[in-house]
Amino acid sequence: MFQTYRRGLFILSFLAAPVTLYLVYVISPYAQAFYIAMTDWRGVTATPNFIGFDNFIRLFSDGIFWKAVTHNAALLVLLPLLTIVIALFFAFLLNVGREGRGVAGVAGSKFYRVVFFFPQVLAVTVVAVLFQQVFRPDDSGMLNAPLMALGLGPFGFLSDPGLAFWSVLGVMVWQAVGFYVVLFSAGLASIPRDMFEAAQIDGAGRFSLFFRVTLPLLWDTVQVAWVYLGILALDVFAIVWVMTDQHGGPDFSTTVMATEIYRNAFQYFRFGYASALGVVMFFFTIGFAILSLRLSRRERIEY
Amino acid sequence: MANTPHITRRGLLRAAALAPVAGALAACATPQAQAPTASAAPAATSAANPFGVDVEKPLEVWIFDGGFGNAYATDIHQPLFKTKYPDVEIKHNATKEITKVLQPRFAGGNPPDVIDNSGANAMDLGALAQDGQLQDLGPLLEAPSWDDPDVKVRDILDPAVIEFGTYDGKFHVVGYVNYIHGIWYSQKAFRDNGWTVPKTWDEFLALCETIKKSGKMAPFTYAGKHPQYLYEPLLTMAAKIGGNEVLVNIDNLEDGAWSAEPVRQAAEAWAEVGAKYLLQGTAGLDHVQTQTAQNKYDVAMLPCGSWLENEQATTTPDDFEYGMFPIPDFTSSDKMPYGTLHTQPGESFIVPSRGANPQGGMEYLRAMLSKKAAGDFSELVRTVSVVKGAGEGRDLSPGAKSATEALAAAGENTVYYRWRSWYAQLHDEAVAATGQLMSGGVTPQKYVERLQKKADEIKADSSIKKYRR
Repeated sequence: MFQTYRRGLFILSFLAAPVTLYLVYVISPYAQAFYIAMTDWRGVTATPNFIGFDNFIRLFSDGIFWKAVTHNAALLVLLPLLTIVIALFFAFLLNVGREGRGVAGVAGSKFYRVVFFFPQVLAVTVVAVLFQQVFRPDDSGMLNAPLMALGLGPFGFLSDPGLAFWSVLGVMVWQAVGFYVVLFSAGLASIPRDMFEAAQIDGAGRFSLFFRVTLPLLWDTVQVAWVYLGILALDVFAIVWVMTDQHGGPDFSTTVMATEIYRNAFQYFRFGYASALGVVMFFFTIGFAILSLRLSRRERIEY
Repeated sequence: MANTPHITRRGLLRAAALAPVAGALAACATPQAQAPTASAAPAATSAANPFGVDVEKPLEVWIFDGGFGNAYATDIHQPLFKTKYPDVEIKHNATKEITKVLQPRFAGGNPPDVIDNSGANAMDLGALAQDGQLQDLGPLLEAPSWDDPDVKVRDILDPAVIEFGTYDGKFHVVGYVNYIHGIWYSQKAFRDNGWTVPKTWDEFLALCETIKKSGKMAPFTYAGKHPQYLYEPLLTMAAKIGGNEVLVNIDNLEDGAWSAEPVRQAAEAWAEVGAKYLLQGTAGLDHVQTQTAQNKYDVAMLPCGSWLENEQATTTPDDFEYGMFPIPDFTSSDKMPYGTLHTQPGESFIVPSRGANPQGGMEYLRAMLSKKAAGDFSELVRTVSVVKGAGEGRDLSPGAKSATEALAAAGENTVYYRWRSWYAQLHDEAVAATGQLMSGGVTPQKYVERLQKKADEIKADSSIKKYRR
């Protein structure tokens, strides 16, 4: 009897601690958020009232939240697209981009590889504060100073509602590219060199080398990058909260789901309503994860 | 080695499996109904000790560490309290993040005894009051003042403090500082350039034009990143044009309160300033950057409150001489006379009702409201306190002096609004819309329509508690 379960018990003894931790600190707060979403809890009360689906009905007519959702959706499309295109371009140049025969990166590629990775090393908050100064709307701004010297601007990179979203996107791409250059470089390193050499002997230029050889062989890595960046786009918070005027402004032009949840919880003290927004965001994220896993089932190329 | 605790492999595994269970009890996000903590019965009361403070019970104090710092508490208030209660141990704390630090303590049922609930990250006083978390400070008002047993605390306070601190008929919050709003300038710059303080809106616009033409500095700016700095003079002007009821209607969420003609006129007036006379890049600058630009004589005027002088103490040139003037007359038929001021008590001190020592907390507030404490405070942080006559005979700085004189000249003609703290959502919408108004993104007409729409939404939302004044 004991012998039969011995193996199971052995496994269980190892799993007990991590599973309990996971249940307590991840699953149970999620479950509690679902409950809080159906109350009118304001954060200080000991006895929240159960109000059913009122919060969910309310959020359907919350214009600012839906504005936030469209910003997340725009980021979901643009952030992976731009980041992957730029990162692929750099990774290609750094690894196989050298003119002429042989497979090697452009001159100084080892140096550039380190430089590209710098933004990844900085904390998000540091990046956000840094870019507040870069985007300053007067002649002490790093971008506006040269533009004003040329007689252009000044541009309100963060204060013009038509421009602020693009500034946020730009900073996110700037910060993400370095990591994906490294990721794609690693992917390229695992492709046998003979493939590139064979293609070069057959007369492929840099252009067709990229589109006909590199990209198809890297497709798996690109998909992984797409999923990572998609999740980044859905749960963006710190950059927007710290960098933009009025935490998601001006005029709510850069706000995202996470900042609206934070605003409702910690500024309006509507923890119940904020939890309802959190539940909606949870379903968006789960939906994206399922969708991307479905779409990315594809034959692997074995070498 | 006999004393080394012997840990068996099994014992370790067992402990590892149990550890998360202990943690589980602490990881609960949902609130637990607390058995009301039995606040110790007050000690015997007397005229000298009206709340029955236990002379040995410790007192926990949390001060918002903002523009005024927290030295005023440790150097002025606490020593004064100690003169009477030398055995009370004061646990002093200061933070910029009031909500993050203290909100969990309210939810957990063990809040501290005195809190200066101020700053951008202050707790929602309405939510706290609604939940019975705040001590009824009515007895404090009726208690004898610290200085004179024949005078009640109520009688030495600016009446606005009582009005502002009252939630649902009960007095809960003591605003300690009298914030006086106006347009701030450098008396030196005005003197040197021969500019005079404008009394009418036409004079104000003419002055802006003169300053602009002089090429010496930009005429006007405001904290563009925080447009609440501009909706303040806009609303004060609306009250001047249409009378105090303009602001009362806005506070009470009356139909059409925002789309009323005086508000639209004021919006139009300020939109013109936004279009013509702003310092370049204003929309992207914050209060520190614009105020520092003024200290560098890059801009002549900006709207602010009487905390400005202390906030800028380190960057102000010695001969700058801050001055403040009230909102100019819009037309000769304004409902309120020249000199009308927006004043508002700030720095909200509260005593949690479920703390360990609410009697000590109230006594601490009574000490703060003494003439000596309030006067020393005014001198230290260059501002005006709410205790009547506390500034008398004190050596005030130019800005505090200018604000005090303006307040005396205004007499009964002071106005205020409360929707900003009552309806945080409306505040955020007004901030967004005012920024747009000043940069030309919305017309004055659209501006008032947009705010009216938001006010109507809030009025219709049953989940938001409504207040009236």
